Amino acid sequence: MINNLNILLPEIFLTLSIFSILMIGVFIRKSFNLVFNLSSVIIVITLVMILNLPTQPEKIFLDSFVRDNFSNFFKILILASSLFVLNSSKTFITENKIDKFEYPIIILIAILGMFFMVSSNDLILFYLGLELQSLALYILASIDRDNLRSSESGIKYFVLSALSSGLLLYGCSLLYGFTGSTNFDFIANELDKQNTGAIFAMVFILVGLAFKISAVPFHMWTPDVYEGAPTSITSFFAVVPKVAGLALLIKFMHIPFANILLEWQTIIIFISISSMILGAVAAIIQKNLKRLLAYSSIGHIGYALAGVATGAKSGYESAIVYISIYVVMNIGAFSCLYLMKKDGKYKENISDLSGISKKHPLLAISFLIILFSLAGIPPLGGFFAKFYVFTSVIEHKMYALAIVGLLTTVISAFYYLRIIKTIYFDDSSISFDVAKNKVAQITILISCSFLITFFLYPSLLNNVVNTLLIN
Amino acid sequence: MIEIGLGHYLTLGAIIFFLGVMGIFLNRKNVIVILMSIELILLAVNINLISFSIFSGNIVGQVFTMLTLTVAAAEAAIGLAIIVIYYRNKGSIRVEDIHGMKG
Repeated sequence: MINNLNILLPEIFLTLSIFSILMIGVFIRKSFNLVFNLSSVIIVITLVMILNLPTQPEKIFLDSFVRDNFSNFFKILILASSLFVLNSSKTFITENKIDKFEYPIIILIAILGMFFMVSSNDLILFYLGLELQSLALYILASIDRDNLRSSESGIKYFVLSALSSGLLLYGCSLLYGFTGSTNFDFIANELDKQNTGAIFAMVFILVGLAFKISAVPFHMWTPDVYEGAPTSITSFFAVVPKVAGLALLIKFMHIPFANILLEWQTIIIFISISSMILGAVAAIIQKNLKRLLAYSSIGHIGYALAGVATGAKSGYESAIVYISIYVVMNIGAFSCLYLMKKDGKYKENISDLSGISKKHPLLAISFLIILFSLAGIPPLGGFFAKFYVFTSVIEHKMYALAIVGLLTTVISAFYYLRIIKTIYFDDSSISFDVAKNKVAQITILISCSFLITFFLYPSLLNNVVNTLLIN
Repeated sequence: MIEIGLGHYLTLGAIIFFLGVMGIFLNRKNVIVILMSIELILLAVNINLISFSIFSGNIVGQVFTMLTLTVAAAEAAIGLAIIVIYYRNKGSIRVEDIHGMKG
């Protein structure tokens, strides 16, 4: 029993810390700064704890909770990206008067939910983790409660996300009924093509998961929520839940649904192709940068799903590499948004960027690097991400997927390049306020240097990812 | 007399589930109705889980039902809270009024 608890140590520590800083927030006045700094410290300590865990896989609590390289890698990714997202947005939070002490606490609760999601080996634990994360995200979307747009994005996200959780849960109930267990390993043994009810259940679960990672045709909430929620929340939404959602999708495909590959492959290919196309086409007409990043993230999820669609270990690994590089790019892109401030108000339209290269050459060059990387131009990190995915797609002879992927890459390069054209060649020279947000600048620096230097030693990330999945 | 079996319970669950989903998509009036539809979906799942659990003699389904009920309560509480803050900002919770962002 005590050994079991040792395995759960990071989760237990996170839970107890959430309770304690909640008490601090309640009993100390104006405690936002204190609670915020404490939560950063908690994230760092949890990170260290996970790095120190032994690496051999272990399953506890009736095999419902699993701790292996796969879950550890995703937990580290989740923690590191939340740390950057939180700290780079601190100035934005205080300036926009959403500095309530609940803010960092709810983010920690969402992280806890994602921890259980990526470690789950059982339908019940998986569902509870997913709901813990979703409930926290509903509140985060509407955290600016005196703002009509923020509350509207909250209501939209709540309705659609609750619907998708319902579909997913219905799928879980059918899967339990037709296989007789909620354990992933047990389900994997029971599932085969003859089990029609379970295949029906698989479709429902895929729909729910596709909603969580905002893949077409379940993307409707993404642009509205991204635009309406405060930018600091949007950057969290764009990065962290996507990582957890994709980890879960890969886990479902790799363990419980491994035997019915042909059944789910068609669905994933369809979702992947339509996400890539919609992400490329719909972003062209956008004027708001956050909305544009929403469509761009839909497209990127499409590319990551192309890797998943191969149904092989190399494909899953390329998807994991893709999502890791996507996280770096998006954290950088949103940190740039924190520096676009004029007369005390944050700007978020593309036209607000026109001609900033004259007054703000550094901001312009970081936008250039990040947008080139998002478009997948070599030798930046984004190119390698796409390269690995398409290599493994072609290895598995899925040429249609590769052709659509390359075509949509070209189309999406158009709107990224249009922003760069606005920054460098448009006339009106706008000057933003002097940037006081040092952390956002450091984050941009880290993100850009990662993207530029990735080509020097790409196998560093690959070697880590290669150890994650065991057959 | 017909024997009530697993199939009957599953059909009942499927009907309630379908009603819930339709309630979300066809409703054009009030957000509260959407909240009720979400509850219907979760209740349909509970019927499924319990009947599977009873007919297979496996207790896990009933445990799952308890946890689902808890989650449903939490979800309803947060949903109502979000509807309240939306009402304070907009002065209406009609579904057709929620269209501030488009494109």
